[in-house]
Amino acid sequence: MNKRTIYLDNAATTKMSRTAIDAMTPYFDTVYGNPSSLHSAGQAAAEALADARERVARCIGAAPGEITFTSGGSEADNQAILSAARNGEKKGKRHIVSTAIEHHAVLHTLQKLEKEGFSVTLLGVGENGVVRPEQVKEAIREDTCLVTVMYANNEIGTIQPIAEIGAVCRAAGVPFHTDAVQAAGHLPVDAAAQNIDMLSVSAHKFHGPKGIGFLYAKKGIRLWNVIEGGAQERGKRAGTENIPAVMGMAAALEEACGRLEENARKMTALRGKLIAGLSAIPHSVLNGDAVDRLPGNVNFCFEGIEGESLLLLLDDRGICASSGSACTSGSLDPSHVLLAIGRPHEIAHGSLRLSLSEENTEEEIDCTIRAVAEVVEYLRGMSPVWRDLVSGKKEFITK
Amino acid sequence: MALYSEKVMDHFKNPRNVGVIEDADGVGEVGNAKCGDIMKIYLKIENDIIADVKFETFGCGSAIASSSMATELIKGKPVSEAMALTNKAVAEALDGLPAYKMHCSVLAEEAIKKALQDYYEKNGIEYDHSLFPDCEHCAHCGDA
Repeated sequence: MNKRTIYLDNAATTKMSRTAIDAMTPYFDTVYGNPSSLHSAGQAAAEALADARERVARCIGAAPGEITFTSGGSEADNQAILSAARNGEKKGKRHIVSTAIEHHAVLHTLQKLEKEGFSVTLLGVGENGVVRPEQVKEAIREDTCLVTVMYANNEIGTIQPIAEIGAVCRAAGVPFHTDAVQAAGHLPVDAAAQNIDMLSVSAHKFHGPKGIGFLYAKKGIRLWNVIEGGAQERGKRAGTENIPAVMGMAAALEEACGRLEENARKMTALRGKLIAGLSAIPHSVLNGDAVDRLPGNVNFCFEGIEGESLLLLLDDRGICASSGSACTSGSLDPSHVLLAIGRPHEIAHGSLRLSLSEENTEEEIDCTIRAVAEVVEYLRGMSPVWRDLVSGKKEFITK
Repeated sequence: MALYSEKVMDHFKNPRNVGVIEDADGVGEVGNAKCGDIMKIYLKIENDIIADVKFETFGCGSAIASSSMATELIKGKPVSEAMALTNKAVAEALDGLPAYKMHCSVLAEEAIKKALQDYYEKNGIEYDHSLFPDCEHCAHCGDA
């Protein structure tokens, strides 16, 4: 990375906090036992694991027995959905309700189930990227065995009315799972109060380590194994526990939840400044709801340019960002989320996601606004699409 | 970024021959905005030589680099050599492209061919139609 890096890709991953790193280190060479071992070294690790489970549970309004540590958000999503499907199947229920803007960890798991004969209803979202609880209510059928709706979107940051959707599910007697990977540590999570039956979390999105996360499953919901083997995690997730990572996650989550409001206030102010600055670029459009979005998420489309070249030139100036352009994903289609909110392919290719952390500064935001404006102008200068738009040969889609 | 070779990054960051030739003898545009790649090549041809070439590209880093390299490879060369330019030659000159970016070099080859076809048509020059791809139907994304 460049010497002066402006890191604005915190939705991809975050820098670990010092607290989280310090919480991990003793578990590499001091308390290194296997929690399954009966000897004192093993039992010391088992105690640490139990303590971490309690702390993590407290952060989301759950009981320790409702937490299963996993390798991350994707595994938690997989296990939640597959478990609900297996549980439903036993009662002859093979229908799942979800949304068109879920993460691939959810969408691809649903596709796998469709091949097994499950039917899936993917709810559309409005231009603001929000699903309405009434849509969920209307989509639930007699044979619905799961509703899975993400808490906050990873690309456009929109926050879903989780508690209301949870209430709809509860009234209908359908289990409700939410992929809270982008939300945990950034937005309040209270599993009981928000009517959540299952919830997925990934540590590296809130300054914790990579490769660790957890699945919350309300007491009484039977989990099915994704990984078979030993009796770890009450037999629901085999494999020796990654104790250092679990300890780092617990510390990071406690820290993030303790500073939730303060961090949100800071990031929301920076976000406002960034959105205002980028909105001044002609023929640009903000993706996602202007208000109901993650404090750190900014996502724009710029007409007449392609996102990957924008990212590369920003990187050249030390700015780390992300795009929903097809070229950045190796596929031919741009982001399914941008298409779902009604952005045509032409402008979806020209998207830019900037995701903040509380450590970003106003100076960095000013620098970023200038850099994006310059790079967009430069790329438009060599774009035949832009030439056609300016000359009136093609019509602008954005204002 | 290690995704691209240094040569790709050089041609992307310092593209050669960007621009428009107002009185071009041949113009070729391929790709479409829906796929996220459009290349437009302008040729000035004098005495059967590519006297000047400019390009405009809407696309990713490798699309811009491929356009830049392709224009460099044909500038000052006889029309027959420009006709013979392959996407492989463009990719090799860039020290390679990631597999899923190879279509960018194909676009560059096709854009040049299309500009040459336009030149032949405009000047009533006889040519072998089978040498020109049907660019109206972008095979790369299965969409017109």
